Amino acid sequence: MKINQLSVFLENKPGRLSEPCEILAANGINILTLSLADTEQFGILRLVVKEWEKAKRVLEEAGTVVNVTEVVALEVADRPGGLEDVLKVIESGDINVEYMYAFTTFSKNKRAILVFRFEDADRAVAYLRDHDVNVIDSVSLYQNLK
Amino acid sequence: MSDFVCENRILDKDETLDRAQLRALQLERLRQCVQRVADVPFYKEMFQRENITPEKIKTLDDLRRIPFTTKADLREYYPLGFLAVPRSEIARIHGSSGTTGKPTFVAYTAQDRATWANLCARFLVAGGLRSEHLVHIAFGYGLFTGGFGLHYGVEYVGASILPAASGNTPRQVMLLQDLAADVLICTPSYSLQIAEVARAQGVDPRTLPLKYAHFGGEPWTEDMRVQIERELDILAFNNYGLSEVIGPGVSGECAARQGMHIQEDHFIVECIDPETLEPVPEGEQGELVFTAITKQAMPIIRYRTRDIATITSQPCVCGRTTARMSRVIGRSDDMLIIRGVNVYPSQVEEALLRVDGTAPHYLIEVDRTGNLDDIKVHVEVHPESFSDKMAQMQALRERIAAEIRSVTGIGMKVELVAPRGLERSMGKAVRVIDHRREKGTI
Repeated sequence: MKINQLSVFLENKPGRLSEPCEILAANGINILTLSLADTEQFGILRLVVKEWEKAKRVLEEAGTVVNVTEVVALEVADRPGGLEDVLKVIESGDINVEYMYAFTTFSKNKRAILVFRFEDADRAVAYLRDHDVNVIDSVSLYQNLK
Repeated sequence: MSDFVCENRILDKDETLDRAQLRALQLERLRQCVQRVADVPFYKEMFQRENITPEKIKTLDDLRRIPFTTKADLREYYPLGFLAVPRSEIARIHGSSGTTGKPTFVAYTAQDRATWANLCARFLVAGGLRSEHLVHIAFGYGLFTGGFGLHYGVEYVGASILPAASGNTPRQVMLLQDLAADVLICTPSYSLQIAEVARAQGVDPRTLPLKYAHFGGEPWTEDMRVQIERELDILAFNNYGLSEVIGPGVSGECAARQGMHIQEDHFIVECIDPETLEPVPEGEQGELVFTAITKQAMPIIRYRTRDIATITSQPCVCGRTTARMSRVIGRSDDMLIIRGVNVYPSQVEEALLRVDGTAPHYLIEVDRTGNLDDIKVHVEVHPESFSDKMAQMQALRERIAAEIRSVTGIGMKVELVAPRGLERSMGKAVRVIDHRREKGTI
């Protein structure tokens, strides 16, 4: 039920963001979505790609520090209050969100897809499914985004 | 320029012995010193190995039969394995930075402390100190020998002391203004910081009542002397010492300010090529080596200081017959002096080893912004320590900074960089970039 996200360490210097993007492009890997967290001193680029193992390998071969984290993709109704409904469920389960970001494309049934990094992904997935939140697994995610 | 005139005055007759008399005194004291260390385990073992006995020291040249003593040797006998007297005879313990987390301790008997006071008094008197002066000491008082050594020297002369200690610069300015000290004692860079803070408070530092200053604890340049004398309208004198030898009091400038007079009746100086370990011709740059021939608690023989300077035994216009050393112009090892504190890159390495998931790949960048030394450590991030969580990465940075502070005693900025982001030159990593050298401040 979980998605493998790649995180890449970036120095906060001009050109550092384009380097991993170039490597992925050269290897024919498409970035499905990404988010960038930064301080004035360094940044962390988080990426979701379909071929994450290959992406990890080519990035590491180029000397980049990469780690893999399990994140959870949730479907959210594309209307005012859609996100809030899901957040309320998360809150009711006392589930800690480390960070979240969105996919730029919609799922087939015109719903938004959000990526959540939970402190405890397994517990979050079980709780959310019990509460009728649509947790998308990687197979259907990649199909959805085709 | 200050209108203070430093009159030539010489405290002790031993500063003006003719060279033959001085050499005879040195030889006698050296032989006693070799006798005193005969039961110190390090020297005992060395003397047995090299077949050295006090009787074999017949001339000063025989000193060269004895191998050098290094910081690493002191470390091996941590904390007080070099003691030549029973512990009960120790009157004082001081310490300086070790190459890793532990300091190097040095000990003084009551007699050593009296000698120390006398030697500091000598260069203070040479550089203008009279009993009617008030001395503002802005050195740290603690394990560091600077504060206490100069304090004793001023007391010996009978002048007044304001033990302001280091830090809280606005308060230093207030004290200098209100109590009207004649003399300032601190590191040279700190005097510029005091001037800067005074100006920020609307006080022209040239109007402070200060007449002259005695500076030590860090390397500086003639350009800096000109700047300090102009900004504070004082005369600036240089002095030199290191805790392993005695602390401040090893050498200091006289009114002529043409090099620092080495107190040769207490210390035998050599100047060697740090590679070949052979003596360099007089006047050429080399590493200073000292033998503390009168020390009781912890005599040290042929201690390699790693400080690079030149030596001359040409007579000085002041009448002292002692040899003079130039400013310290460099190091034969990688030690840095940051705000008067000795720091070794190996200490930073040790701090990094205490933090899981950091490799000992780092680069120390030193600069002086304004008048303060600024130090930044670039540390490579590795997969084991890298996290997708920002808070965890920030915590890693803080943990590294805290470990560095605990090992070195000073705060450094920590910057995380990509692996292999640090240059490797010729297979050997560049560990230190010191921009202060390009700027001519050290």
